[in-house]
Amino acid sequence: MFRFRLDGSSGVPPYLQLVHQVRQSLLLGYLREGDRLPTVKDVAADLVINPNTVVKAYRQLEHEGLAGGRPGQGTFITATAAPVPPQAQQDLRASLEAWLRAAGEAGLDDEAVTALIAVARQDLRQDLKKERVQ
Amino acid sequence: MTQHDADASVPALRTDRLGRRYGKAWGLRDCTLEVPVGAVAALVGPNGAGKTTLLEMIIGLLEPTEGRVSVFGEASRADTAETLARVGYVAQDHPLYRDFSVTDMFHLGRAMNPSWDQGLAGARMDALGIPLKRKVRRLSGGQRAQVSLTMALAKRAPLVVLDEPVSSLDPVARLEFMRDVMASAADADRTFLISSHVVSELERFCDWLIVLAEGHVQLAGPADELLGAHRLLTVPRATPDAELPGTAIHRTDSDRHSTVLVRADADQHAVQGDIGWQADPVSFEQLVMGYLQRRTTVTTHGNPAPAAQRPGPNTKAVPQ
Repeated sequence: MFRFRLDGSSGVPPYLQLVHQVRQSLLLGYLREGDRLPTVKDVAADLVINPNTVVKAYRQLEHEGLAGGRPGQGTFITATAAPVPPQAQQDLRASLEAWLRAAGEAGLDDEAVTALIAVARQDLRQDLKKERVQ
Repeated sequence: MTQHDADASVPALRTDRLGRRYGKAWGLRDCTLEVPVGAVAALVGPNGAGKTTLLEMIIGLLEPTEGRVSVFGEASRADTAETLARVGYVAQDHPLYRDFSVTDMFHLGRAMNPSWDQGLAGARMDALGIPLKRKVRRLSGGQRAQVSLTMALAKRAPLVVLDEPVSSLDPVARLEFMRDVMASAADADRTFLISSHVVSELERFCDWLIVLAEGHVQLAGPADELLGAHRLLTVPRATPDAELPGTAIHRTDSDRHSTVLVRADADQHAVQGDIGWQADPVSFEQLVMGYLQRRTTVTTHGNPAPAAQRPGPNTKAVPQ
């Protein structure tokens, strides 16, 4: 059975953390179509969080077409979306690791790396937006 | 499964201009609020804010001086069996008869509550490893809290009121206690009202927030909506409140800039941060602390928020 975790210091609302974990696990292939998610009550007790937070997360997953409730049985993964192809994931990860190594050698700490990625992503988005406009 | 929108027409709890006077001083006044069925509501406020006064009127221990309380649509009246049956209460010090065994306490519960669920009570003690024959005085603080919670759950009251339930417990006992509260909150139609000082812990437990200070409701409503309607702005120090988008709730001034908690549900610019100033989302704790410090703070630039911008004392969810 899939188990959620909660990072109290991340600043991300708990329900979004649950949604992200399902999305990520789908991408990585840890969750597949037909898998049953734990009951609201079990997640609430396991993580010691408000059950309505879990309800909200499950609703969001249903809204995104990733999960669906079956009356009396629970909530199941319904996504057929293919995860990232293993080869592509491997290649991307290898180039990312090489980049991280270079960043470390250049003296960037974790915080600087995160900041640089955020800035680069922001710039890329702006560029893509401009390209679309043109 | 608990859902706020299950039956929006009849709230689990409603107070209407509720007030209680002690001699000449009001312990609580103009308190109007609602808690929907299935919510886990946090009641937060400093000592003397009126929390216990409010709780005691809800559970029927105290007669209101003015206004009314209704629980699931029925008026609460002090010292009536109907009111007592609809509300489970776990008091701060977990008062149990020290020379009674756990079994004795449950006999008492059964004698006093027609809907008493002996199976639930026994099963909980089993699961927690608390021997039924043990005397209350030989239980640990955590076990006493659990017996007290079990008494409230086994009477099958649809509204359970917890007054500072974990303040006397160690961190592990706290977690175990709240684990059981969260699990039973998942059961159909049960509503919790939890008063607490420990603001940082409440975010994960509660989806409804009530902030009480100086005998008045400062803020009340669904926690995620309230969080979404507020921002922390970082602005140049001299910026007057009137130029800020939304209503300034509380500000902290440093040498060159100020950090201001603003309520801006009507002002999308502030919410989206598209105003030239830095606008950050607020945490649960920042939100609560901002409102708790609101009235008592004298702002250093000598320009307190005009009274008209403050929420009226009977504000429910939207102090605009």
